[in-house]
Formats: sequence, C-alpha cells, structure tokens
Amino acid sequence: MRKLLLLTTVILVGLVFIARLFYLQVYDNAVYDIFEDNAIRKEYNYPKRGYVYDRNGKLLVANQPSYDVMVIPREVAPLDSLDIEEFCSLLKITREDYDKKLERATHYSPRLPSPFVPQLSKKDYAVLQEKMRKFEGFYIQKRSLRSYQTSIGANVLGDLGEVNRRTIETDPYYTLGDLIGKQGIEKTYEETLRGVKGIKFIQKDRFNKNIGPFKEGTLDTLPQAGKDVTITIDSDLQAYGELLMKHKRGGIVAIDPSSGEILAMVTGPSYNPNLLVGRERNKNFSSLFLDKVNKPTFDRGLQAQYPPGSPFKVINALIGLQEGVVTIDEKFTCRMGYYYGSRRLTGCHHHRSPIAMNGGIAQSCNAYFVNVYRRIVDKYDDAGKGMNVWANHAKSFGLGNFLNNDLSVGQPGRIPDGDYYDRQYGDNRWGSTYIVSNAIGQGEVEATPIQLANMAAAIGNRGYYYTPHIIKNIEGETIDSKYTTPKYTTIDKQHFEPVVQGMFDVYNEGTAKHIKIPGIDICGKTGTAENFIRIDSVKTQLTDHSIFVAFAPKDNPKIAIAVFVENGYWGGRFAGRMASLMIEKYIKGHITRTDLEDWILTHSLEDEYKKPYSGENFKINGEAKLQVIENYATEENYPIKTENPIDIKS
Amino acid sequence: MLRENQRHFKFDWITIILFLLLLGFGYLNILSASHVGEITSYFDTSQLYGKHLVFIGLTALLIVLILSFEAKFYEQFASILYLIAMLALIGLFIFGKDVNGARSWYGIGSMTIQPSEFAKFATALAVAKYISDLQTNMTTVKDQLRVAAIIFIPALLILLQNDAGSTIVYLAFFFVFYREGLQQVYLVIALSLIILAVLGLKFGVLITAIVVAVILTCVYFFRKKKRGSILQYIVVLMVSIAFSYGVKVFYEHGLKAHQQNRISLWLRLEKDPAKLERMKKVEAYNLIQSEQAISSGGVSGKGFLQGTRTTGKFVPEQHTDYIFSTVGEEWGFLGTSFVVIIFVLLIVRILYLAEGQKSQFSRVYGYGVASILFVHFTINIGMVMGLIPTVGIPLPFFSYGGSGLWGFTILLFIFVKLDSNKINEW
Repeated sequence: MRKLLLLTTVILVGLVFIARLFYLQVYDNAVYDIFEDNAIRKEYNYPKRGYVYDRNGKLLVANQPSYDVMVIPREVAPLDSLDIEEFCSLLKITREDYDKKLERATHYSPRLPSPFVPQLSKKDYAVLQEKMRKFEGFYIQKRSLRSYQTSIGANVLGDLGEVNRRTIETDPYYTLGDLIGKQGIEKTYEETLRGVKGIKFIQKDRFNKNIGPFKEGTLDTLPQAGKDVTITIDSDLQAYGELLMKHKRGGIVAIDPSSGEILAMVTGPSYNPNLLVGRERNKNFSSLFLDKVNKPTFDRGLQAQYPPGSPFKVINALIGLQEGVVTIDEKFTCRMGYYYGSRRLTGCHHHRSPIAMNGGIAQSCNAYFVNVYRRIVDKYDDAGKGMNVWANHAKSFGLGNFLNNDLSVGQPGRIPDGDYYDRQYGDNRWGSTYIVSNAIGQGEVEATPIQLANMAAAIGNRGYYYTPHIIKNIEGETIDSKYTTPKYTTIDKQHFEPVVQGMFDVYNEGTAKHIKIPGIDICGKTGTAENFIRIDSVKTQLTDHSIFVAFAPKDNPKIAIAVFVENGYWGGRFAGRMASLMIEKYIKGHITRTDLEDWILTHSLEDEYKKPYSGENFKINGEAKLQVIENYATEENYPIKTENPIDIKS
Repeated sequence: MLRENQRHFKFDWITIILFLLLLGFGYLNILSASHVGEITSYFDTSQLYGKHLVFIGLTALLIVLILSFEAKFYEQFASILYLIAMLALIGLFIFGKDVNGARSWYGIGSMTIQPSEFAKFATALAVAKYISDLQTNMTTVKDQLRVAAIIFIPALLILLQNDAGSTIVYLAFFFVFYREGLQQVYLVIALSLIILAVLGLKFGVLITAIVVAVILTCVYFFRKKKRGSILQYIVVLMVSIAFSYGVKVFYEHGLKAHQQNRISLWLRLEKDPAKLERMKKVEAYNLIQSEQAISSGGVSGKGFLQGTRTTGKFVPEQHTDYIFSTVGEEWGFLGTSFVVIIFVLLIVRILYLAEGQKSQFSRVYGYGVASILFVHFTINIGMVMGLIPTVGIPLPFFSYGGSGLWGFTILLFIFVKLDSNKINEW
C-alpha cells in the first residue's frame, strides 16, 4: 500500500491537469479570432468616401478634412507662461479659455484624449502643425467629414453617424467609432461609397508598445477608395420643389417615366444637411428627430401613406375597361352623388350629367366611378373574388407593396383585397356597396406620393414602369438590372389612350384648367382627401389634403409627378399649382406662370397645422381663412448655398 | 557471457527518451518565449535561447560525466556531496548576489549559479544514504527526527535566502519517508492540517471549530468499543482550533503582503472589489496573462513562434517559471496534454524502476527523484493554470536556466546510473 501513495497522486494530478487544460483550452474557448486578440493592435486606414453628383454632374457631397486639437491631460508637460501665451495665440483662444479647457478635459479623464479645440481652419492648422511638438500632451487629429455642397436634399443625401453596437455585432466590418450612412443614399449605397478600409496588424507588447508588424504584415490590407456616385436627382428641380414646399407639409416626387429615375424627392418640412455634420451633429439630430410635430426627419414623399383620393379613379377606369364592364361611351347619371336605393353612398359636386368616361375623369365625378367600381367587384360570383381581381390590377401599378428600390425608407401603402374584407366583416358578409369609398381613392386604399408618381409614370408610358430609383451611375459599375427592366401592368395598352385623354382634359376643361402651362400638354388628376385626427380621443376632421398627380408631355412623357400637401384643401389649390410649376421648371427650365408661383410662395399652411394643437375649436376647409405671408421665400433668399468649400486634396 | 555483460551496463532508455522529449520541446518553447525580433542565429549567445542551447550542450557533457562514475561512488560520497552543497548554501550569505530580492545566486563574471538547484540532489543522496543505513529504523522517533534534520537544514537555509518557493520543494521528501516506513498517522495528521488551514482561512476559525467538533462527536459515537476517554477528543479539538487560529494569525501577520495576496486570490478571500481590482493588476497579473495565453491556444494552438501573447511578452517570466503558458498558446491543448502526459510517464517510470531496485539506497534515491520532480511539476503547472497559489519554481527540463537544468539532470542521471547497476547489486 505504501508504494501506491505517490503513484496514485501523480496520476491523479495528471488527470486534474488535463481536465483543467481541457476546460481552459477546449471547452471554455471560442475559435481564435485575431480581432479579439488584444496582443494585436489593429490600425485602420480609412479610404476616401465616394463623392455624390447630381444627374447633371453637379457635385453635391464631398469630403472635408477636420483638424481637432486633442489633449491627454496626464501627458501635458508644464509650460512656462510665455509658451502658453504662444499656444493660445496659435489656437486663437484666451489664457482663461486655456485653463478652463484643460480643467474640463482633466475632469473628464486625465488619461483619455479629449478634444481641446475642435475643427481648426486649414490655415490655423498649417501654422500650428510646425510648432506642435513643443506642446507635449497635445496632438492634432485629422478626421474626414462629409461636406455638403448644397443646402437641399437632406432626405435624399442622408448623413453619416457613428456606427451603433448592434451593427457592429452583425457586421464584422465595422468597429466602434466608424462612420456609417444613417439615412438616404449614404445608407443605401454605404458599401459603394465607403470603399474598404485597410487594416494593419501590429504586434504589441504588454506595455502597449508596437514591436513590429504581425506575421511580417502578410495579413495587412490596403484601403480601397470609395466609388463616386451619380444620382438621378436634378438638383435645380429638387431645390425648386423645396422652395415651393416652404411653409407647407407634404411631399413631391418627380420621376422620369422613360427610365424610372427619380428627378426630385421633396419632403416638407426639411432641414439643411450640413446640420448633421461635425460636432453639432448629435445636438441637431436630437432636436430634428424629437420634433414630433413637424417631423422633419420623416420623409413624406416616401413614408407618408395617405388616401390617394381622386387620382386613384383613373386606376378604376383602367380596370373597368380591362375587365370589360364599361365602355368608353357608356354614360352614368350623377345626382350630386351616388345613390343605392334611396341611400346616398357618396356625394359629388356640381357638373353636367349624365357623363361618360372622359367627362368622368375630367370632372372627377364620384358617382361615375362608384358605378364602374361596383361593376368590377360584382362581375364575379362573389365580391371576394371580384376584389382580388381588382386588387391584382391595382397592385400591378406598384401600389399596395414596397417598391423594393434603393431608397432607405419606404412604405407599402394599402390595396385591400377580398381576404382583407373577409377579416373585417367576416367571410362573405359584405358586398360592393360596403366598400364604395375605394372607387374614389378613399376608404381603405392608401398610397405614398412616390407610389402615385410611379402610377402616373405607368399611365404615361401606357402600361409599364421602371422601378423608381435614385442611382444613375456608379464609377466603374453597371446599374442593377432591376432598374432597367420595364415592369408591365395587367392593363392592355389600348385601354390607356381614352384614360390619358381624360387626364389631358382635366387640364383642358376640367378641375385643373386654371393651372395650365402654355406650350406643355400636361395630363393630370386632382385629388382631395378627407382626413381625421384624434384630439383628446375625439375624432375630428381636418382640412382636406390637396393631391395632384400628373405627367407631361402627353406623348412620350418626360416627367411624372405626384404632389401631396397636407391640409391644402382641394387638389388644384396647392398640389396642382405646385405640380404645374415643377413640370414647367423641368421641361422649360424657367417659369412663365409667375402668378402661380407668387400664389404658392405667398400662401402658408402653418396656421392650419397649429389648429389641432391650439386647444380651441377651429374651422376647416372652405370656412377657414387661408394664411397669407408677406416675407415669403423666393429663389433669391432661399439660394442653394455652398457652405463648405470643397477641399481638393482630400 | 557477452550478452550478460552488456545487460549490466544497460541504461533505461525509456527514461532517457522521456527526458530528451522534455528537453527538446522545452528548448523550442524557450526559443519562442525569449526571441526578440528576427532569429538570426540559433547560437547567438546574446539571446536567451542561444544561451540555453549552450546549457543543453553542457548538459550532454554532464551526463557523460555522471554516467562514467562508478555507481558506488554516489553512495559512498553522498555525505560529502551533501556537506559541499550545504556549505555552498551557507556561503551565499557572504558571497551571494541578490536577484529579485532573493539571495540565492553566486555571480562568476557574467554567469550566475544557483546552489539551491544542486542542493536538491545532494539532499536526496543524503536522505537515501541515511535511510538505507542498516541501523536506521524509520518507525522510531529518533531516526525520524534525524532524517528530518537532513532536509530541514537546506530548507531553512533557502528560506533565509528569501526563496520560499524552493523551500516548499523539500516537502517532497514526505513521500520518501512514507514509502520507507513512516507511520500512517503522519499522513492523516498532514492531510488534516492542510484541510484545517484551508478551512480556517476560507470560512473562519469558528466554523472550522464547529466542523471539527461535529466530526469528533460522530467519531466518538461511531467507535463504541475503542472510543477512549473524552479528554482525548477535547485535546484534538483544542489543538485543531489553536492550529487554524495560528494559521490565520500567521496569514495575517507572518506572511509578506504579496504572499498574503496570492493566497487571498487563490481562496478568493478578498471581498472589497476595489482592492480586488488592484490585486488583479499586481499579484494576479502574471496569472491572468498566463491563463489567457493558455486559453487563447485552443485545441491545436497558434503554431510555433506564432503566439501573439508570447511574441508580445505579455506573460512576464514566460521563459522561466511561466514557460508552460507558451506551450499552451502555441501548441494548444494537444501540446499541453502532451507535456503533462510525458511528465506523468517519466515520474511513473522512475517509481517503477525504484521499486525494482535491489539496494535500498537506490530505491530511496529513486523515490526522492520522483518526489522532487512531482512537486515541481504539480506546483509549476498548477500555478500557471491558477489551480494553486503562485509559487515561483521552475518546470524541470523545461524552464530556462543553467543551474536548474543541470541540477535536474544530475538528479535524474545519478538515478539512471544507479538503476543501470542494479544487476551488480546483491
């Protein structure tokens, strides 16, 4: 027995050791990852971020270097007062500032770097750089920031911000402190614009000192510069749209129907993109994002889902023709509304009656379209099937679903089908009379302005559209083929001509005749949508939304546009005027209908928007007085400024 | 006749192969842990790995020298060698050189030599010599005290030179004494004292006393026939309480601050998070770095010369006491378990050979070798992995250093020589 004590102890210790080693090295150990290894310093080399140009080659977004003087308080060597004087004069600060800043930095952390004087001018930087080594503990950090060459298009261009932790966890490319596109094309074309950062692996010792490249630098990579990008936006048209949208809320989306390129994408209210650059970024972003009344970061052109109102009637006309339930010449009677038995389901306004399709569209007759819509739904054995057929036709115009394009935000809108109403009312416990509001673009139908602009493009093209997109050209790449392949609607080509003619007559003799543009054949459709809000849990009606959808010229259209102005009352009042002006601006390059322009610029809806928050009773629509402003915006006092001159070197 | 003659001088090749494996693998890891920048020449003696290669070369000469002596020489000169070793240790107080606070080195020119590394085999020889004496009876207290004095002298001298780690090694001889007839009761007492010490430090004297009292009460009622007087039990209880209290007092006042902190970290005694954080940066720094290096190796390691922590010198003393963390990082679980297995095989082989010796001297000496290797192996690797408190002693045949390498080589090869001679014994 005495022989066994040491023997068993040795074997026991051996087993314990192997168990412990198994725990340390196998069980409790993830696969070796060089990025997790704190013995290897990872030094990133950030490439130049790609520039952004508009469709005419105008530079919209560039980069600017930014020089921050940083301080590590612990490492600041004592300076005599003469040196401090010199340092202060170089930085253009006073002696008191110096002491205060140093104290604040020390308070934050004596060993971590804090910004001492951020964002020096290039000239100051050049002078300071020579003398910098005299001032131990201070150093200059160069950063690259975006430089917006314009004050427009914040929603289009987007912005850069520090990457958040969740992104870092899912995408190993990013490390803390990296900049990433947060909105707009900075977000959707992030990978194109950013390039690929280079990385150097450096072996360090336990004193955090570099002792040379890791594995002789064989794992290191060089940065790849980001690619320049040309977007489809026409910056002049975009700027003009933003000018027109001043003092209003809503969105304008203009598309080139022959290619699906987005010419302008306006949301109001908007903001200057330069607000989201530099050290004020966080403060400005919070104040923009937290503004829940005006919602400047909410892109109304892409995200706001409104009932489309009357412009949707043309879709019903097209479906009616395709389904063969109505002919061009068939007339319907309108008795100031549509009557089901003795019950009036919808009202209408005063116009001649009976009326055929052309007149129905031009005069925007509600009764006409309820008749057509009911025939479509009732064509099949049950209303559910009829609604499904109807919904399929409507969806082929890009409605009721995400456009699936290269914009960072979007909404699907809504095209209800049979299942939708089966859920609402119970299976087959409804009929066409329940849902007649859809005939005139109210009820359950919802769409975003960009969907309506795309719908106009599809009508202008007589039956097809290209997915609206913002990318025109990427340096050395071809555009995704999904943007160059036409998407066909389910409506045959021959049915479009009479509908287009109807929309043309809207301008000729219909609801938009007073906003005609001489020399341009515009096809359009006005819309007025009722809307409600809950104020202290009471459903309250607000002034109607003003809607306008158009394309021009009538044949081979160059522009399709949707304008949506919240609480602008009838379609021709705000949205129609703005659409006409945008079309003229794009096609002619200048404005001849200055009377329309003056009217838009001098009229504000800001009082209208205050009403629900006023806490008082208010009047809407025709009973309310429209606000007129004296110091209105003009193109002269709302110029496209170049606030950050571009730095050629960076 | 020739065949038989050959067998007389046959060395145990298994032991030698295991030794060579450790030496060779140790060299590779020292190379990795000590190189700075590019390796220009393996014989560059300005670098530690170059020096170690020289030590290894000298080791070969040393082995030849040891094996060329008559086996009888070691038995006859055991006392003299022991005496020389003790004089060398005493001489340190006058001529010694302080390195890292320990006065355990002689400086000869640029070279240093550590006599405590050589005192181990000398003590093992002396112990073997004394125990194998026909008049010695290990069951008598008189001889037990005498043999204890043989190991107590070098242990005390080394402790006075401020090298507590090497002192602990002399506890290894307990295994030898036990094998040679030390009563069972010593083993029980030794284990009880270890448990009492740990219990007292971890849970306090009061809880320890309660635990001991409960156990004694159980024993009293269980042993109906031979229970003896109650007084005996009370004495045991009082001694236990006094011991665990004594350990506590010693821990708090007798130990140096860094030793106290090492034990505190091991038993996780510190509750103040701020102080714990500070201890982690100072006393536990080596341990944390070493554990991280070992963990980062994973199953198969990062590869020879590819360990990022090893290259970055994250683990201080990595080429000496912490060499095992290099194995862990660069060779992974495969490498570390290989080293553990080789050590276990070597010690088991020595024990097997020792049991087969005809002379008691060879057997006791063999047991001494196995015990010393075992204690070094257990404490060093246990420490590097955080299983036992930090005690700075080298890993035999593995750690950098000439004195250590030669000390262990002499220790082992005297036994190889003794073993090869067993046929001639009668």
